[in-house]
Amino acid sequence: MGIMVHQESKVIIQGITGREGSLRTKYMKEYGTNVIGGTSPGKAGEIVFGVPVFNTVREIVRQFGAIDFSVIFVPGHRLLSTVMEACDAGVKNIVPCVEGTPIHDIMYMIEYARIRGSRIIGPGSIGIITPGQAVVGWLGGNVGWANQFFVQGSIGVISRSGGQSGTIPWVLREGGFGVSTVVHTGTEPVVGTSMADLLLEFEADPATRGVAIYAEIGGTLEEECAEVIASGQYTKPLVVYVAGAWAPEGQRFSHASNIVERGRGSAKSKIAAITKVGGLIAETPTDIPVLLNRTLPLDFAITKNKQ
Amino acid sequence: MAKFLEYQGKNWLRKAGLPIPDGQVAYTAEQARDIARQFGKPVAVKGQVQAGGRGKAGIVKLVDTPDLAEQAATQILSTQVRGMPVRAVLVEEKLSIKKEYYCSIVVNGARDARTPLLMFSPEGGMDIESVPEDQIYRLNLDPIFGLQQYQAIDLCVRAGIDRQDLDKFTTFLTKLAAVYRQYDCQTLEINPLVVTEQEDIVCADCKMEIDNSAVSRHPEFGIKIARDFPGEITELDEIGWSIEETDARGTGFLMNMGFDEVSPGYIGYHPIGGGSAMMGLDALNHVGLKPANYADTSGNPVGSKIYRVAKCVLSQPNIDGYLLGGFMMANQEQWHHAHALVKVLCEMLPEKKPGLPCVLLLCGNKEEESLAILRKGLAELMTPDGPGRRIEIYGKEHVTDTLFIGQRLLELSKAYHLEKVQGKENG
Repeated sequence: MGIMVHQESKVIIQGITGREGSLRTKYMKEYGTNVIGGTSPGKAGEIVFGVPVFNTVREIVRQFGAIDFSVIFVPGHRLLSTVMEACDAGVKNIVPCVEGTPIHDIMYMIEYARIRGSRIIGPGSIGIITPGQAVVGWLGGNVGWANQFFVQGSIGVISRSGGQSGTIPWVLREGGFGVSTVVHTGTEPVVGTSMADLLLEFEADPATRGVAIYAEIGGTLEEECAEVIASGQYTKPLVVYVAGAWAPEGQRFSHASNIVERGRGSAKSKIAAITKVGGLIAETPTDIPVLLNRTLPLDFAITKNKQ
Repeated sequence: MAKFLEYQGKNWLRKAGLPIPDGQVAYTAEQARDIARQFGKPVAVKGQVQAGGRGKAGIVKLVDTPDLAEQAATQILSTQVRGMPVRAVLVEEKLSIKKEYYCSIVVNGARDARTPLLMFSPEGGMDIESVPEDQIYRLNLDPIFGLQQYQAIDLCVRAGIDRQDLDKFTTFLTKLAAVYRQYDCQTLEINPLVVTEQEDIVCADCKMEIDNSAVSRHPEFGIKIARDFPGEITELDEIGWSIEETDARGTGFLMNMGFDEVSPGYIGYHPIGGGSAMMGLDALNHVGLKPANYADTSGNPVGSKIYRVAKCVLSQPNIDGYLLGGFMMANQEQWHHAHALVKVLCEMLPEKKPGLPCVLLLCGNKEEESLAILRKGLAELMTPDGPGRRIEIYGKEHVTDTLFIGQRLLELSKAYHLEKVQGKENG
């Protein structure tokens, strides 16, 4: 099982002919993702790694029917109309692998998608992978890398960092756990799908026995996770690692949301909120599988140094 | 966020038709006096810096005569606030204040919002953090349709605005909300919003921060570098911006973190990705080292971009080490980093920084190949007496091992520092 992305999910790429668009199309196809088409206005009729190119998303829908996922590779300043096009064509899930989108465009597109019944993951998400089934976005790199480090298993992974959405599956694998689905929430201060939304998805997924979160200082995403646990909507084991716990107040990073101000969004506040509702806090990422193993049996025997 | 000084923000508000006190900016005390003389009435002289608490810092003064305005400006212009010199003062007509209000619009990323958030309070003039919670009235704004007049009326009624003042306030608030979007603001704060004895509504202060990602669609602002800096823009910041400005193939971010290029214990910091950067900072903070700069080469950048960033990081004078902080199992192919690092270190270490501690952590996609490239390419430097004698190379065994990496860096930088001191004594 796993959440959101599955073997049969019908996936398209908006911006399929660009540097990243075409390369990621190749990797996604090789991994087994059901990529049925892509768009690049004016380039209809071309083929990118076996995937037919169309002018618009509507053209793809006319040929193949409803679309489950659109993965977008266009510059941030052009993202809004690209997302609106996907919404208008009825695409259910939209994953813009795009940074540098104006914040007003982001809030606009999230509201627009909500009205149209679509869901946005990100923007600024590097994607979602359900090992053994499908990947959307950059996640997993090439197929060799993905097969080596994203091992099928029972732990759902949510990461606020693109890079760390590879690290957590790696430490889990080292500790004897595989992953059901890995989701990168996106790096923008406003994202269409929050950590708490993903916890609800993982709660409903029978293949997921517990969830590991890579969290960061700043914002209130982690505090919201504590709220859905407190309300009884999420009941499985949860382990959270909070990066930036050592940062002095006021230190800033390129993740726009990571500004520590007056205790709100601080590591302390997040750790307190999670602990209070029975979530476990990992001091280091390598503690994550150790803590999970306190309540869950391992997915497989640990075979160190064998890759 | 690209932040405007008060006088700049007010200028843009005025252009959008919002009520602003009469005022002019002055860069010298003489100019301040001349402006006060033109007004021919009491004025406020307000130091222009990117910092709150200006009143407490003593850089806002109310004066009655042009001579006193000059005196006030002289004093304010010689002040530093949080290390930043005051380079300008705003000379404004002094308002006769009847009542002060608070008003701001910020981005609300909460799960039940994902919208702009308007906050209004009848308790203005002080830091919003110290206003009682029940005196702050909130309204999430529709990102598509904006603030409607009826919503503003509802908010003002809740906040206890008198019936005869409703029109004045709601007209103001709807205009402000429109400006917030029109200018692509991330933060727009008017504190205090003043009602004068003449019953006029006036923005007595203005904090306007423009969304960095939207700066390119506002050439009228003339913002040269759309980044958040801890202090004044340095040469490193300008070079860093030029790397990004001309090449959109992956991220190649670089900026100063307040390093004075003299103090000990600063490390040339080169993390890969925001999450990794966070862990790298934990590594440095653990052992009491400090980042001289911030950098980021994630998002699959080309080798030439990584090379330029690394070269700038390593070129900073008097750093006590260099950290390639790849605290992540990267999905991007890491050999671009390996190639770039070999080139940079071969160029920099022998002549310019022999013996500099360089801890290189590179993990993830194509890790084995990348580490082999580093080991082979740096072998000649890494002999016991070679210029690369303090290079250490680590892979995934240490990918989340912030304590270990921090300690290695600390130990190496201590030895390096000792060597530098002894070198000075002997030479």
